[in-house]
Amino acid sequence: MTSVPVAETPPRETPGRRLSTFFYRHPRVRLAALLALPVGWLVVVYLGSLFVLLLSSLWETDPFTRDVVHTLTLENFQRIIETPVFRDVAWRTIQMAVLVTIGDIVLAFPIAYYMARVASPRTRDILVIAVLMPLLANYLVKAFAWRTILSEGGAINWALDPIGLSFDGYSTAGLWLTFMYLWLPFMILPIYAGLERIPSSLLEASADLGGRSLTTFARVILPLAFPAVVAGSIFTFSLTLGDYIAPGLITSEQFIGTVIYSIRGEALPTAAAYSLVPLFIIVAYLFVARRLGAFESL
Amino acid sequence: MKRRKVRVARWAAFGLLVAALSVVAAGCGGGDEGGGASTAIEGLGTTLEEIQANAREEGAVNIVVWPGYPQLVDEFTEATGCTVSTKEGTTSDDMISFLQTGSYDGVSASGNASIRLMTTGEVAPIDTDLVSNFADIIEGIKNQEYNSVDGQAYGVPHGRGPNLLMYRTDEVTPAPTSWSVVWDNPNAYKGKLSIYDDSIFIADAAVYLKATQPDLGITDPYELDEAQFTAAVDLLKQLNPNVGEYWVDYAKQIQSYANKDSVAGTTWPIQGVLLKGDKQPVELIKPSEGTTGWSDTWMIYSKAANPNCMYLWMNHMASPEAQAAVAEGFGEAPVNLKACDLTKNANHCTEYHADDEAWWEDVYYWTTPTADCGDDRGEACKTQEDWEAAWTEIRG
Repeated sequence: MTSVPVAETPPRETPGRRLSTFFYRHPRVRLAALLALPVGWLVVVYLGSLFVLLLSSLWETDPFTRDVVHTLTLENFQRIIETPVFRDVAWRTIQMAVLVTIGDIVLAFPIAYYMARVASPRTRDILVIAVLMPLLANYLVKAFAWRTILSEGGAINWALDPIGLSFDGYSTAGLWLTFMYLWLPFMILPIYAGLERIPSSLLEASADLGGRSLTTFARVILPLAFPAVVAGSIFTFSLTLGDYIAPGLITSEQFIGTVIYSIRGEALPTAAAYSLVPLFIIVAYLFVARRLGAFESL
Repeated sequence: MKRRKVRVARWAAFGLLVAALSVVAAGCGGGDEGGGASTAIEGLGTTLEEIQANAREEGAVNIVVWPGYPQLVDEFTEATGCTVSTKEGTTSDDMISFLQTGSYDGVSASGNASIRLMTTGEVAPIDTDLVSNFADIIEGIKNQEYNSVDGQAYGVPHGRGPNLLMYRTDEVTPAPTSWSVVWDNPNAYKGKLSIYDDSIFIADAAVYLKATQPDLGITDPYELDEAQFTAAVDLLKQLNPNVGEYWVDYAKQIQSYANKDSVAGTTWPIQGVLLKGDKQPVELIKPSEGTTGWSDTWMIYSKAANPNCMYLWMNHMASPEAQAAVAEGFGEAPVNLKACDLTKNANHCTEYHADDEAWWEDVYYWTTPTADCGDDRGEACKTQEDWEAAWTEIRG
């Protein structure tokens, strides 16, 4: 076995090769170059816009032209704290977010449990697609569809009519139903993932130790799935807190999102100050969620 | 040693963050502009021929419009070479915000937008000699405080119309003649009333109070002092629980009337035109108390990227053909009476009182509320800011 001698020609000095040599010799520069784009995006676009929001909330508006005047003031915060309507609306929105979250947990858990632990692989695939499918449909179309469903001549009242009942769809209750529908997939998927991760051996161990199904559920499955439930609740809670389209379409009551939307044109700084309210609520919520281990289930 | 490195890295990261944020902040500053009466806009031709030639080069115009306003767009593009892109606004505040982004060449502004835009200098005065159809516009509409400053025109009038009471004839009986069908409390149509969602609606309450509570002494529904304003706001707070829907999106209101979720309320004529076209049993009236309304003006953005196309567009919308199309399509009165011979319904101008000034006397055109009451009450009136704050509270 003789190998053909290969002439050791040194690699040609192309600019690209020179660049790669440079990066090889300077690993820190290489790191910086690799991270510049994503970190720049995060800092300038994400944090930057938050910072602009904060800054805008410290500005004034001209009482006549309503243009933003760049003088610093805390008036906007004073306004949203002292005016009862802003507090009422914030409180109403938080209640709605909590109720939607609870409703979605109740609906999503059995579905996710069936998908993760009962259904055959084929059924499970079909169910996953069925859960994901509504996410592909346009949000506005879904919201308008619910307007039709909840309408006086809509599907719900049509179904209730024979038993002599009627439902005022364009109400807080109607909005609650709409939100639960809209965000349900965001709750099902994390719970499904969380339940699937529980090893069967734990359930068998529980059974071996004499645990009946209810005991196993309450003392093994539920504690293990809990972080996943909290993870799902982050989505349902924060999406409800910030939404302005569904409330605008379904009810005549105001929510944080609709107030911001309706005052943004004329009182931008107040709108900016008010939009920090859901931001703080969500940050607080995230801290609690982190404590509950939800971040490992995302 | 290692720890020190980490600390240095942290400080460096923090420094970068601060630097990045200040770049963002710097980008947001500035933008103050002053007014000016010069009709010159950068890039605008000085003669009609020059404008037409420049427009071919621009090839596009971006405008902020009320829904239903742009008419005969294809004909315009064919004649001028300017492709038209439109952005629909739902309230005057909306339209101002869109224009302020700087991406648009002009706007169809109602009085409550136009006065603010003229004050800030965001719209430019126009040279009416370059708008040939301007001469045909009703004299009574020109030189108003909402479309001119000291006799200098700031745009081309578009048309005027009233905010009407719309009701379903099969649900609301007997046929109403008064706004009381909306304002009565308790209300026979609780939960079925449809109300425009903007602070300017406070003026509609004032119009009703002007007729029903003369001792309040309301003369102009946009010039409300403390007592008058409080009365209007109280009336609206009473109304709030009776309201089925607040609307700004006209499609939403049309759907509600078609589904009988709304049976009475305030509307623009275009919803009536569309619902009737769909054979829905609705009727629109100007109630006995009078009503609010609008007189709109096409205005050009002072830093328009396509000023030549915008000039041609303003002229196009004032032409008899476009005026006839928009008058019937939207359901309003044309301001170029030559349009009256071109409407499909030969009686359109009579039905919409295009030439009947007496009919318009109790139609109060939208305008911006200011502290100056315009009479001997002096600076005692509620401002735009007060109106907006009150509207958020009324909605609850």
